Amino acid sequence: MMSTLVRDRAPVQTSANALRPPRKRLSRRAVLLGAAGVLWLLGFLFLHGTSTLTLPASELTDLHRSLNQFNAWVASNRADNPVFQYVFTPFRSAVDSVANLFTSTFAASSTGLRLPEIGWLGTVGLLSWIAFAVGNARVGLLTAAAFTFFGLQGLFTEAAYTFALVLTAVLFSLLIGIPLGVLAGISGRVSQVITPVLDFMQILPTFVYLAPLALIFLIGPASAVIATVIYAVPPLIRLTAHGIRNIPENTREASDSLGTTGFQRLLTLQLPLARRTIVMGINQSTMAALSMVTIAALIAAPGLGQVVVRALQSLDVGTAVNAGLSIVLLAIVLDRVTTAASRRAEPGAARKRRISRRSRYILLAVSLVVVLVMVQLSRTMLWAAAFPKNLNFGPDIVSGVGAASAWLQTNLSLFTVSFREALTNGILNPFQSLLADTPFYLLVAVVLVAAYALGGWKLALVTASCLAAIIYLGLWSDAMVTLASTLVATAVVMVLGIIFGVAMGRSNKVDQIMRPMLDAGQTMPAFVYLVPFLGLFGATRFTAIVAGIIYAAPVAIKITADGIAAISPTVMEAAVSSGSTPWQVITKVQLPMARKSLALAANQGLIYVLAMVVVGALVGAGGLGYDVVAGFVQSSLFGKGLAAGLAIVFLGILLDRITQAAAADPVRKIRSAKSSAH
Amino acid sequence: MSSPDISVRNLWKVFGPGGEKIPKNPELSSLSSGELLERTGCNAAVRDMNFDVAKGEVFVVMGLSGSGKSTLIRCLTRLIEPTSGSVLVDGKDVLDAGTTELRELRRRKMSMVFQHFGLLPHRTVLDNVSYGLQIRGASKNERYAKSREIIELVGLKGYEQHFPDQLSGGMQQRVGLGRALAGDPDTILFDEPFSALDPLIRRDMQAEVIRLHKEMGKTMVFVTHDLSEALKLGDRILIMRNGETVQCGTGDDLVGSPADKYIADFVSEVPRADVLTLKWITNPVALGTPGDAPVLSAGTIIRDAIPTVMNSSCPVLVEDSGRITGQIDRDSILSVIRSTEVAA
Repeated sequence: MMSTLVRDRAPVQTSANALRPPRKRLSRRAVLLGAAGVLWLLGFLFLHGTSTLTLPASELTDLHRSLNQFNAWVASNRADNPVFQYVFTPFRSAVDSVANLFTSTFAASSTGLRLPEIGWLGTVGLLSWIAFAVGNARVGLLTAAAFTFFGLQGLFTEAAYTFALVLTAVLFSLLIGIPLGVLAGISGRVSQVITPVLDFMQILPTFVYLAPLALIFLIGPASAVIATVIYAVPPLIRLTAHGIRNIPENTREASDSLGTTGFQRLLTLQLPLARRTIVMGINQSTMAALSMVTIAALIAAPGLGQVVVRALQSLDVGTAVNAGLSIVLLAIVLDRVTTAASRRAEPGAARKRRISRRSRYILLAVSLVVVLVMVQLSRTMLWAAAFPKNLNFGPDIVSGVGAASAWLQTNLSLFTVSFREALTNGILNPFQSLLADTPFYLLVAVVLVAAYALGGWKLALVTASCLAAIIYLGLWSDAMVTLASTLVATAVVMVLGIIFGVAMGRSNKVDQIMRPMLDAGQTMPAFVYLVPFLGLFGATRFTAIVAGIIYAAPVAIKITADGIAAISPTVMEAAVSSGSTPWQVITKVQLPMARKSLALAANQGLIYVLAMVVVGALVGAGGLGYDVVAGFVQSSLFGKGLAAGLAIVFLGILLDRITQAAAADPVRKIRSAKSSAH
Repeated sequence: MSSPDISVRNLWKVFGPGGEKIPKNPELSSLSSGELLERTGCNAAVRDMNFDVAKGEVFVVMGLSGSGKSTLIRCLTRLIEPTSGSVLVDGKDVLDAGTTELRELRRRKMSMVFQHFGLLPHRTVLDNVSYGLQIRGASKNERYAKSREIIELVGLKGYEQHFPDQLSGGMQQRVGLGRALAGDPDTILFDEPFSALDPLIRRDMQAEVIRLHKEMGKTMVFVTHDLSEALKLGDRILIMRNGETVQCGTGDDLVGSPADKYIADFVSEVPRADVLTLKWITNPVALGTPGDAPVLSAGTIIRDAIPTVMNSSCPVLVEDSGRITGQIDRDSILSVIRSTEVAA
């Protein structure tokens, strides 16, 4: 990001200055960025290929070896070490037992027959009833249809496993997230401590904490649940705190004027008014949990994720699409049910209902009896316990999609291959070479100058630490490969973000059409984006980048659109009434005024793309993601994988901080504002 | 007037870093608001205010936006923490009250009605009105019974189960009023309660407050930026500017003898005949005035005196506590009406 800034900004600024009378001096920021850009290009021209710190895929540094040794040490001392004996192992078995309770109920009991405790019919019935109870009849029916469809796909057990793990993770998230969120909402100090931690948790790509967790908690459901909680709990804490804090000032004051105690205020005012926001937090947390549970397949979490991972590794597009479809369906079900629950939690929802509270209770009781009958049937009849084999259409779907994908790849190859090659050779490769083939010391210098220009000494220091850490981890070259893909994808994401964001921000109609699609796109787990593009473009780095772009575009588009739509109508009227063309309004008013949103969109886009580019290692992306995945698979590469995970973290922090600094106002503006205040 | 219900002495509220030092510093505390802001970066919203509110009185605090009136009224129950001074309620200083005492004061002695109502959107009218009673631990039956009475009193009977967003602005403020009345406080504080309402509704609500005041006799402190509202409701009116008292007195004091040009400007558009009493236009008794001429009290509003004066063939005598203080005639009344029209 920063490097593209370097290249874009300098010429724009100079040309603008050459044309205009010297009303404004060229800012120091622009001079520094321009100088950094020139330094980089010159350095690349004369020194490329030297000091690139390349490390071949199978080679290790001493650090990686010592991490391997640590891995071996943990494996051999797990049983005796007191920390493991008294802290980690009991914790793991506690989490495991909750997860087992749900997996054996809904997916497969411990009998080894791969039959759920309450049978498939009981599971479908019970889950639909729960959906009905927390949401409404429509989502209840949707749940029933979706879970039956999983059976038809031949993936009932896998889907139920995934669901059970999501349920476990969400329960733990609620247990941790709601109290913490309430605390952060009522106490400014707690909020100050928690916010940076949450920020950090959210810029961590999902991939990276899998390995350390697997090291401590072994592979399996417990690590998967813990990893999922880490990923899913931040939005819940944030939204709960937000809901508690953002009570309208006049309502709060009115309640204070009547002499409420802090606790009374929480119970009578803050919690009831925040209820809807908290349930929205549960929705976000659930969607995040589904995303992570599928990725946790890499550390042997059972379920749909594993089917996808295995299919991706064997390039079996049919199976991947079949399982991907299940994930999408499950995502839709979870989203709709939790959204319906949040509608129900809306203040005043009670009086808008069509049926009275009493008849609703009667309906619930009657349907519960039906569900209990279904459960009982499942425990006595085989047809209700195991999903009937003759209704399994999974293999048909798999072979059908496989054939279609093969056909597409052969017949569209002219289009897909040339598109892929053009972009790969035209943009991706040159840019990657610019990053990876420039001597590392030169690139470090360039980045530091840019960081100093954007955010002063403080940012330069953070940047220097991150770069030093990446070099120390021995993965400089791989990091540059990942960085190249990330930046290219982010650039495309921003182009999409601006085009669609402006369109949505300017027209309500476009917004109404686009927003549901974007919302749906955002609820999909990262994984499933890989599947269709694998079918089109085969297993290459390019597939990962396209998947990353599609994964990150919705968030960038939405942020841009919101920024444009938030511009005050008065300003827009003034611009139009002074005779601006629509294009002038966009370029002179809307985009400049939405600058903060654009920067935020770039920041979020980067984080999303980075997460996806790493997951893309499963379909052939190289760089750090490959190292991480290889670390899961081969124990001799464990240390390198762990190091690569850390390198991704440092890369993420680096990109996050630099884009945030680029988004902030230039230093001189702040200074002038301060001096006028005194 | 009986002993004061609320006594405010040397009350200061200074916003900004280091604000707590300013009232004690004679040099800084004598600066004007603008100079103070420039020198210290602090904003004195309430500066050395002193006034008493008598039991059962409607005391109006009037000022333009930014004059500090809303801050002042919040300082009375420490919704905003005053910087220094004292607020005596029943002889006890609110500023010295501990958390529990303060809470008791808010629960039982003083309740407040807000400009933007501050209703709880998730509760029905009944539950909103009974909120204060619930907070102080009243049983469900007790608080519902009391709240139903109050709801009837404020004219919302039949709307008990409605939610705030189903009511018009005027009705929402009736709920706000009901909530303040439900706890049976000695004093009700009003913070521009009707400025968010449209003019017709505002007039109804003003009449409602006058009615409630007559029926219940509560002490009321009423903040407004609307002079006609102040004159209509206030037994006494305090005019604030830049956090300071400019003048404090009855409506006809303000209109009849404004303390400075600011107040004079303020009241210039008031129809003087509607506010002033005869004492402001009384002339010495002329020689030719017959002894059996009609007599009016000095406290009569000028407009109310018009019929008597017009029907009388001679000047009308004015008496104050049984003593004839002078006379008025058609000319003196017409000159009051004319001066208002010229000013307008």
